[in-house]
Amino acid sequence: MRYSALSLLRGGLTGHKAWARAWRDPTPKSRYDVVIIGGGGHGLTTAYYLAKVHGVRNIAVLEKGWIGGGNTGRNTTIVRSNYRLPQMQALMEFSLKLWEGMSDEINYNVMFSQRGAIFLGHSDSDMLQLAQRGDAMATAGVEAELLSRDQVRKLAPELDMSAAARRPIQGGLIQRRGGTARHDAVAWGYARAADALGVDIIQNCEVTGLTIRGGRVEAVETSKGVIGADRVGICVAGNSGRVAAMAGLRLPIESHLLQAFVSEPVKPMVNTVLMSQSLHCYISQSDKGEIVLGGNPDQYPTYSQRGSPHRIEEAAAEAMALVPALSRLRVLRAWAGTTDMSFDGAPIIDRTPVDGLYLNGGWCYGGFKATPGSGWQYAHLLAKDEAHAVAAPFRLDRFQTGRTIDENGAGPMPQAR
Amino acid sequence: MMLILCPYCGPRALPEFSFDRPVEAITRSDADTATLVKTLFERDNPRGPSRELWRHTYGCRSWLTLTRDTATHEISDIRPLGGEA
Ligand SMILES: Cc1cc2nc3c(=O)[nH]c(=O)nc-3n(C[C@H](O)[C@H](O)[C@H](O)COP(=O)(O)OP(=O)(O)OC[C@H]3O[C@@H](n4cnc5c(N)ncnc54)[C@H](O)[C@@H]3O)c2cc1C
Ligand SMILES: [Zn+2]
Repeated sequence: MRYSALSLLRGGLTGHKAWARAWRDPTPKSRYDVVIIGGGGHGLTTAYYLAKVHGVRNIAVLEKGWIGGGNTGRNTTIVRSNYRLPQMQALMEFSLKLWEGMSDEINYNVMFSQRGAIFLGHSDSDMLQLAQRGDAMATAGVEAELLSRDQVRKLAPELDMSAAARRPIQGGLIQRRGGTARHDAVAWGYARAADALGVDIIQNCEVTGLTIRGGRVEAVETSKGVIGADRVGICVAGNSGRVAAMAGLRLPIESHLLQAFVSEPVKPMVNTVLMSQSLHCYISQSDKGEIVLGGNPDQYPTYSQRGSPHRIEEAAAEAMALVPALSRLRVLRAWAGTTDMSFDGAPIIDRTPVDGLYLNGGWCYGGFKATPGSGWQYAHLLAKDEAHAVAAPFRLDRFQTGRTIDENGAGPMPQAR
Repeated sequence: MMLILCPYCGPRALPEFSFDRPVEAITRSDADTATLVKTLFERDNPRGPSRELWRHTYGCRSWLTLTRDTATHEISDIRPLGGEA
């Protein structure tokens, strides 16, 4: 069924009882052309673009829990492409262009809101770095605009601009096309669109092993039995290392955790996405009115999805220093996700040493914005056994060759991101 | 929050400590390139017990090794690094 104003009206008039389910609940077939492990945003977009762009018809997405229950449903939904390095710019801008057409493409409102993403600068050195980033972006044809202190004040009057401000604001860098989206809708929308193209989305189906013969993957072992596959795409975010270990591989990845939290809902007061060149704190407001806040990762390996309260305290302190009015709000919920931290902060989209087995991971805590681009690129790799130019630099062996992609210039440690 | 028992300072809260790397990722700097890449840039990344190198950075600054479960955060067998001072 195509969603439209008319279908919504019809649904409303019939008490919302007649909506068909958005995707099927199939039992797995014995064999697929492509099996994607992981039903997060990246896995679902991969399946969709494999079917849509490459005409692959026999695809399954295997999800151990429910789709979007991983980092897709846990992130702070910031979408932007204001990166410094050309490889990252190309990848994230490719993705941002897909975001701009997404709701139409999949006939599902993902509430993508290009409200502008601002990096705040607090010192001369911050402003210099922001100018550099802006210039790098402009050179790559990505719009960026350096903001004066007054321009920032007009866009975000909630910021503390007083002389006594704990974090004085000198200016900022805005990407007006950046913003936020409804994360669950991205998972559900792509699931529905992929399902309509014949993709089997199989939930509560955990991959527990890989059958490899003669250096080639033949099947995946799951909680719902053995499923044969010509090609297998790992797409499990924080669990990349565990699934790769099923093929005897060790990855340049450590699993860490990142927390986020929201306040009680209030009237609109933060109309852009606020980030900072120096502080680990980002602030936005959801359509429900909650102030969405995030900060530093916990910086040690963990699968617990449960972080330490001192990180929340730090992020809250920074947020209140920037927007003093936030001190009046109560925190409604806090949560964490397991993120796959690569050593240079950049993702991996590549073949593995096992024939027919591919890896998409290492997105650290910045992969939501890449959801459509990552899937598009991974689909290309899975269909053609060759990376598209945009994904080509994101190789698994780059720590051996020295071709790392260190956006932050922070050095080769996962906790340095 | 994790409580970590520093052999010198007693039980202290997590924010005083920093994780450095799993012990498997410690190597000699004169090892050959293949070994260096394998040891420095590849990880077992286990879900479960892991032997790790930590530092009591905002305390006595000593280096420690400990076994920590990456699913439950349970910590055991904390030792100062190197010989007894
Ligand atoms: C708190 C937080 C805030 C973040 N904020 C942002 C942000 O503002 N902007 C941004 O761009 N990025 C952000 N990120 C990062 C972003 O969420 C991730 O990079 C991205 O969601 C990862 O890709 P995914 O959506 O496919 O992952 P997931 O949704 O985690 O999907 C992976 C799926 O694989 C499944 N799986 C794992 N193992 C198996 C198995 N053995 N068998 C079957 N299935 C398995 C999991 O259950 C999971 O559903 C944030 C992350 C966190 C945790
Ligand atoms: Zn100590």
